[in-house]
Amino acid sequence: MIALFYIAAFVAVISTLMAITRFNAVHALIYLVVSLLSVAVIFYLLGAPFAAALEVIIYAGAIMVLLIFMVMMLHLGETSIQQEKQWLNWSVWLGPGFLSLILLVEMSYLLVVSNEPGEGLTVVDATQVGIALYGPYIITVELAAILLLAGIVGAYYLGQEKRRVLHRFLNQEDND
Amino acid sequence: MIDLPTSHVIILAMVLFILGLIGLLARRNILFMLMSVEIMLNAAGLVFVVGSSKWAEADGQLMFIFILSMAAAEVAVGLALILQFYKKFNTLDADAASNLKG
Repeated sequence: MIALFYIAAFVAVISTLMAITRFNAVHALIYLVVSLLSVAVIFYLLGAPFAAALEVIIYAGAIMVLLIFMVMMLHLGETSIQQEKQWLNWSVWLGPGFLSLILLVEMSYLLVVSNEPGEGLTVVDATQVGIALYGPYIITVELAAILLLAGIVGAYYLGQEKRRVLHRFLNQEDND
Repeated sequence: MIDLPTSHVIILAMVLFILGLIGLLARRNILFMLMSVEIMLNAAGLVFVVGSSKWAEADGQLMFIFILSMAAAEVAVGLALILQFYKKFNTLDADAASNLKG
């Protein structure tokens, strides 16, 4: 139980360290995904299965896909094929693959052998979280909804192309 | 079964937060700076979750969910800003935008 936590913590620290020291953004993102997965395993060990699932789905899934998508968008051009060949080199995914293999073994051990947290800790499952979320915390849910709406509108406004206004005699950029 | 010490989890969260802070301060690529902010937010969420399971309350996990939604909104806006930054300066170096318009 306690050894599992230290292994997951070791994987988290190593992969985070690798993530902030890579020069290639895609390599760093792969290590960052491994780091988030190991934090998800730690959440599971701490008796928070719902938070662990959310960590995998939203952090390692949605947010990292958004970042990888952005890296792909920024690297358009002649060199992109060369670069993707370099990214798919086997030595690139060997390190993250090994670290996530450790996490997989740990996770399957947890699922098969025991899913109880340590003695000082209690499992807080999705039912309790849901009751609290839509009970006393309903105003915060609404605030989060407003925040996400603001995020969508902001991303849409900032992400759009700058309009070029063509007058009859002068070609100037619309500065808004 | 051995008692999992809460303080060790908090030390782990601290280490992850400091790694994120070092990444934010040391790297000049704006994409890596955004990633470091994600690492720091994740470390803060870890502290909330360990508090939640120590006191057997759901509040910590709720705070983690709000951190998660805040991180999602932040990444969406941040990536749109990076896209505009790259279009304007043709680089991802944050020092390229050190001068304000004026």
